[in-house]
Amino acid sequence: MSIALSLPARASTDQPFADHLKRRHRREVIFIVLGIMATSVGLIALAMLVVDLALSGLTRINFDFFTNFPSRRASQAGILSAWVGSLLVMLVTASIGIPLGVAAGIYLEEYAPRNIWTNIVEINVSNLAGVPSIVYGLLALGLFVYGFGTGRSIFTAGLTLALLILPIIIVSTREAIRAVPWSLREAAYGIGATKWQVTRDHVLPAAIPGILTGVIIGISRAIGETAPLVTIGALSFIAFLPPSPVTGTFPFISFAWMFEGFTVLPIQLFNWVSRPGQDFHANAAAAGLVLLAVTLMLNAVAIYFRYQLRKKLKW
Amino acid sequence: MASALTVSERNAQKIREKIVEFFLLLAAVSSVFVTLAIVFVLVYESFGFFVTVPIMDFLFGTTWTPLFADPKYGILPLLGGTMLSTLVALVFVGPIGLATAIYLSEFASNGVRETIKPILEILSGVPTVVYGFFALLFVTPALQTFVPGLPGFNILSSGIVIGIMIIPYVASLSEDALRAVPQSLRDGSLALGATRLETALKVVLPAATSGVAAAFILGISRAVGETMIVAIAAGQQPNLTFDPREPAATITAYIVQVALGDLPHGSIAYQTIFAAGLMLLLITLVFNVIGFWLRHRFREAY
Repeated sequence: MSIALSLPARASTDQPFADHLKRRHRREVIFIVLGIMATSVGLIALAMLVVDLALSGLTRINFDFFTNFPSRRASQAGILSAWVGSLLVMLVTASIGIPLGVAAGIYLEEYAPRNIWTNIVEINVSNLAGVPSIVYGLLALGLFVYGFGTGRSIFTAGLTLALLILPIIIVSTREAIRAVPWSLREAAYGIGATKWQVTRDHVLPAAIPGILTGVIIGISRAIGETAPLVTIGALSFIAFLPPSPVTGTFPFISFAWMFEGFTVLPIQLFNWVSRPGQDFHANAAAAGLVLLAVTLMLNAVAIYFRYQLRKKLKW
Repeated sequence: MASALTVSERNAQKIREKIVEFFLLLAAVSSVFVTLAIVFVLVYESFGFFVTVPIMDFLFGTTWTPLFADPKYGILPLLGGTMLSTLVALVFVGPIGLATAIYLSEFASNGVRETIKPILEILSGVPTVVYGFFALLFVTPALQTFVPGLPGFNILSSGIVIGIMIIPYVASLSEDALRAVPQSLRDGSLALGATRLETALKVVLPAATSGVAAAFILGISRAVGETMIVAIAAGQQPNLTFDPREPAATITAYIVQVALGDLPHGSIAYQTIFAAGLMLLLITLVFNVIGFWLRHRFREAY
């Protein structure tokens, strides 16, 4: 501002202005350098995190690490019960969270009338997204474990994480559906399709990549969650596997595994990092590497879907 | 092709439409039930707690020793731990996040921005228990070379790592807000002879204030609720202190600590974690409401 005011008076003698301008440009260069440094802080932190995990944990990663149960001897301990537990918990989470979240998203975007009730549901969803994960753990402890009596089980854990990622799935479903152009719906309505037919046969297929992106990001968040599972009492020393979901006798499918005690990868990591001693810390690092690899892979898949979506988007 | 539907077929279709809509509505309403259930459980269990412990002792007491023989239930030490770790995170991420956002939005080329933003967003996808490992076994030892006498558990390293965790919230969302400022404002400023830096700091940033503030609020809300980093790296002793070099417990770390033990259901110690959780929920709710309001303003601006 001061430049604009002083410019006419100094028109004849340009020297002070030129000096000032030089200073202003120098300030800009300094800021750009600072900006690049600030941006690299995040990138360097990420790199250090990965390198640190790899340096301390990579030597522990071998075939036995995936096929051994946890053990009191660090060198023999593995993550078999942990990764099986994570897988089973995710199975429950996905089969509850995805239908519920997608259905809620469809309702809010395609069916809901614009009124105060819909508004309340919407504000509620965005508020749920901001609730700390450990509070979901308290909900699960008070309501599921002691209220409904589902115990400290795989089912309780899966249900809890499903509720935790519900807002993520709802929001991404809504965004994906919103991006489907009206002309598509109008064409379908025009040849006499009902609302559900339009939604099921035309809107949903077009919205699938966007919905998948949200689902994958939600699942990758759920895999890494520790706090809510600590609260419901996931055990850290589990040296057995839950009963198999497939059985030899009729009806060949068993749901007994859902109500077993369990551990998951993040809990196992937490247990190892809390112990004193380099050996267990190496195990923790190795488990961290596995966990990080899984979540990064899921995120990469999600980014790929988003990219495909952008490429295919013709409307 | 099929002929027109008969009357009974059409009626069946109408009924099917209604049934589908009912189930979709049920799914949408279930999210409200989740909220109600959370509030119910926390309030119900806390009620049992506040019957025994006067609410004033809880809010203003300076000693938190619920597991001792002579229990004291003052939440201030836990609240202080939460505030201190959040403050450290904010002091760390504030300048870095803002400079990153301004650089990416106003100076970096499209290619650089499109490459760096997704990489930065990975930081929010890293499981927090992995961050806890990083804080305890990398950041703390590294800090101990600069800060003599730093104990193995401390708020400083947890706060810094929480700060790293919320870089995507602060930087990436602030960048979105800055980029949403119309180009015409920048053009006007540049045409008046301002440099790009002057334009960024005196025109673009003020115009994006509410969006940037919303990004920071969201980051703060995350930091307040962060659990595993502090549970692993900050130590779990309630400690009313303003020195980030000391170990201290946060509200979240206390809940984890109690949950790891095996407290009898219905005991007062069991109820403390729900009272602490209620406190935590109220704090994050305040931040979320402020953030919601700011985002709303930000959306209306242009």
